[in-house]
Amino acid sequence: MEDRVILRVGAKILIPHILLFALYVQFHGDYGPGGGFQAGVIFASAFILYALIFGLADAKRVLPLRFASFCAALGVVMFAGVGVATLLMGGVFLEYGVLRHDPEHGQHLGILLVELGVFTTVFGSMVAIFYSFAGRRKGRS
Amino acid sequence: MELVLDILSWAAIVGGLFFMVVGAVGVLRMPDVYTRLHAAGMTDTMGAGLILIGLTLQAGPTLVAVRLMLVWAFLLFTNPISTHALARAALSGGVRPFRVDMKGEQP
Repeated sequence: MEDRVILRVGAKILIPHILLFALYVQFHGDYGPGGGFQAGVIFASAFILYALIFGLADAKRVLPLRFASFCAALGVVMFAGVGVATLLMGGVFLEYGVLRHDPEHGQHLGILLVELGVFTTVFGSMVAIFYSFAGRRKGRS
Repeated sequence: MELVLDILSWAAIVGGLFFMVVGAVGVLRMPDVYTRLHAAGMTDTMGAGLILIGLTLQAGPTLVAVRLMLVWAFLLFTNPISTHALARAALSGGVRPFRVDMKGEQP
């Protein structure tokens, strides 16, 4: 563990850029390739890289399993919440146009919120899946 | 000027393809993990690097060129690290480096 200097330094330099690139993919998804799913996977991969290099215990101190599960649930709530909000404002489920007076602005806002929900869910579930696989011991189910 | 850029970029792209082919042949023909890693690592640094440089010259001074250079910098950074990690994993997993005089007992 002690002598893996190259891996640790490399990961330290890479992880912030991976996080930043995930946010770029998230917020550029309206104009180009990308979106919530890809951004969530990239964001989660930064934490998975951290766990691979620095060990599962340290990664769980940075990002506890409870918080990952919470994120996974929160994203679904966000997604469905936008749908219910449009229902309450007089549209059909996930009809973004009614969120604002100007339908175009409403669609911008709705897609942003829904993509944020997808991002949170994918991020949380990827990290939770990785934790539960990486935490398995041999011979224990 | 256009012609010079074209010649330079095509030279870089063809050079990159050459290194890709050499790397592929090396992965197929080399005797053990470490020498194969050497060939595979060269594929990324030289092959992909030269191809990206050639594509940057083709793109001209645009945002695409900046992104290609970023990809290149990222490759230059990550590829040696991943090759290093693979070689370390092979070494700590007990794979002995290939030597000519121990050809018979190679796992």
